[in-house]
Amino acid sequence: MTDKAKDFFAAFKAGKMNRRELMSGAGKLGVTAASANFMLNAAATEALAADFDWMKHKGTKLHLLLNKHPYADAMIADLDNFKKMTGMEVTYDIFPEDVYFDKVAAALSSKSTQYDAFMTGAYQTWEYGPAGWIDDLNAFIKDPAKTNPNYNWDDVLPGLRASTAWNGVPGGALGSADAKQWCIPWGFELNSITYNRKMYDKVGVQPAKNMPDLLEVSAKLTKDAGGPYGIGVRGSRSWATIHPGFLSGYSNYGQRDFTVEGGKLKAAMNTKVSKDYHKMFVKMVQDSGPKNWSTYTWYQVGTDLGAGASATIFDADILGYFMDGGDNKEKGNLGFHAFAANPDAKAPTPNVWIWSLAMNSAGKQKDPTWYFMQWASSTEHDMFGARKMDFVNPVRASVWKDGDFRDRIAKSYAGYLEQFDASSPGAKIYFTAQPLFQEVTTQWAETLQKMVAKQVAVDEGLDQLAASLDKKLKDAGLG
Amino acid sequence: MTSIAAPVRRRKILLLPYLLSLPALLVCIGILIPFVTAVYYSMLRYRLNLPYLKGFIWFGNYKEFLTDSEFWNTVRVSLEYTALTVGSELLLGLVIALLLQKQSRFNNMASILLLLPLMTAPALASLMWKLMTNPNFGVLSYLVQLMGVHNFQWASSPNSALFTVVLVDVWVYTPFIMILLLAGLRSLPTQPFEAAALDGVPRRFVFFRITLPMLTPYIITAALFRLLDAIQQFDIIYPMTQGGPGDTLLVFQVRAYLEFYQYTNVGKSAALLMILWAITYALSNVFIKQWLKLRERARGLA
Repeated sequence: MTDKAKDFFAAFKAGKMNRRELMSGAGKLGVTAASANFMLNAAATEALAADFDWMKHKGTKLHLLLNKHPYADAMIADLDNFKKMTGMEVTYDIFPEDVYFDKVAAALSSKSTQYDAFMTGAYQTWEYGPAGWIDDLNAFIKDPAKTNPNYNWDDVLPGLRASTAWNGVPGGALGSADAKQWCIPWGFELNSITYNRKMYDKVGVQPAKNMPDLLEVSAKLTKDAGGPYGIGVRGSRSWATIHPGFLSGYSNYGQRDFTVEGGKLKAAMNTKVSKDYHKMFVKMVQDSGPKNWSTYTWYQVGTDLGAGASATIFDADILGYFMDGGDNKEKGNLGFHAFAANPDAKAPTPNVWIWSLAMNSAGKQKDPTWYFMQWASSTEHDMFGARKMDFVNPVRASVWKDGDFRDRIAKSYAGYLEQFDASSPGAKIYFTAQPLFQEVTTQWAETLQKMVAKQVAVDEGLDQLAASLDKKLKDAGLG
Repeated sequence: MTSIAAPVRRRKILLLPYLLSLPALLVCIGILIPFVTAVYYSMLRYRLNLPYLKGFIWFGNYKEFLTDSEFWNTVRVSLEYTALTVGSELLLGLVIALLLQKQSRFNNMASILLLLPLMTAPALASLMWKLMTNPNFGVLSYLVQLMGVHNFQWASSPNSALFTVVLVDVWVYTPFIMILLLAGLRSLPTQPFEAAALDGVPRRFVFFRITLPMLTPYIITAALFRLLDAIQQFDIIYPMTQGGPGDTLLVFQVRAYLEFYQYTNVGKSAALLMILWAITYALSNVFIKQWLKLRERARGLA
């Protein structure tokens, strides 16, 4: 890279020219598109380094635990810039999601110092935090000696900041004044409908307006689409079955997992409205879901949509996004639709999953680890991922306002931004924060499986589930 | 010189037995430390994510199991799985071993080829079978459809999940039984069989009165090994179904794994594993006693 080219990209970062001028000037200097991306990000990294001693921990080696995910891919693609800026070495282990959280639990519970930071979801921190396995990151965020002045924590979407902070009190509100920041939001997904436009046109249906409509549309697609099934939702015996479409629809009917009375939790899945919702969901899977639904995880739901084996998914918006690109058979054929399950609801209420970064309490290099975490969650890296990689949905407000990012999404993923704008106002975590999250949601998924397999009636199954969970809560001193 | 050297030598001789048994002692300690730790944990109320609840509750975890329908379901499923897999594998292994008993180039080659599934890691075998039984594109799903069976859901349905995982287990482990029994069959003395052939004894009589009794120690050995393994099953069931659908396949190890790694309930997980150990110990005791009895009888006959 010539000095002239370097200065040119630095001038763009300093706001002295717009993007059109940058691209035209880069062309005149003979810079290729690929080199331009790299130089632009290198200039961003240099700008980031201007007001902060990033070299303070030069020579330190960090080791990360990562999930196989496009967010991790985006970080790895940009990692050389971090290494160059800090003089630190970063290595990582990557595991697929099926086994990822077991690996995290094994590493943290054994107080292993092997990993300095790792990817997690907010829900998991409700177990890791009270166990003392992860650190409260407020101590770092609020310390100007440790955090770069341009970090701009307030730029992270407020709902996500709140959703990753909890005071450790079972049933305590997320983001309360006394909450600990257990992790830093990195990328997130909300739940909506992604559908195959070609199949919908062929069958002559419109995206469903609500849950009863979704049952009808899915059944019609299963009957008339000529092979593909109507709707893909997750069904494995795991927490992952409950949190996406299922809980988003459930919340839209105003239902909660628990009620909190006098600091004690009580299972609330067996109300009349909840039973009616479960009946609809179960019937939808029985009539129009995949044949082997009880083994379906995120991967199967997504790949079926991308391969044209299913017509619709009620799952993460970013899952639809990924399936609408890459080498997928149905690339470019997918549409996105904000979804309010309850016919009486005014707007969608999608539950969110937030991939976040957390710090291992047993780690021995906490300050350098924080350097990595603040870089990985910086505006610069978020912008790089959003513009150049599949780091969608970004967590920073400034990135959502970025013209380049919005243009790219609008051009390649028709309807995605509209779906996001309609869904996001009601998007948040709808679970009650409590340390038995995995046990509760796994048992809930087990009950759903029994209902779909007709091993138990919905009413009876939910009464049994509530009674069993109440006992578990009581045994754990929470109920 | 001699008077000083003699006590030193005597001391060395006295210490020698202790020195020789030291490795065995160290191994024993190595085994006992985790065992005793597990016994201790099984008597605790101990969730890693609720450290303030930690306390010694003696047999509280075990008492809870007595009235817990989920626990009794685990006991039932584990025993069913064990009985079905070991029974099928013994039967199939014995039939194959009998077919391959005569030494020939084909039989030797076939016995080597039949060992291939045993060389596959069970977790990989289960993932392979998961693909083959996929209702959308699995080759086995296609074949059963050709046979007129439609919508067979393999591991995704509670009606066929146990059948599916037993099938995978049989595929992986029948060769183990087969090779043990084949070795047994080929090492049996030939005289009784020659005498029976000279006397024109029917083949069924030879099998039930000569082959089977002489082969029983081998059958017991093979059954014991498989029994201990099958009741501790994890690596086929977990990758295929995670214990589902519902609670259809929640065997001991899968449940203990979930209790520890996902629910962080150390006390309950340890108690489950101690019960599994007790069942395993009781079963192996029965089999070993039977095996010793047979050996005594064989010595008596000799």
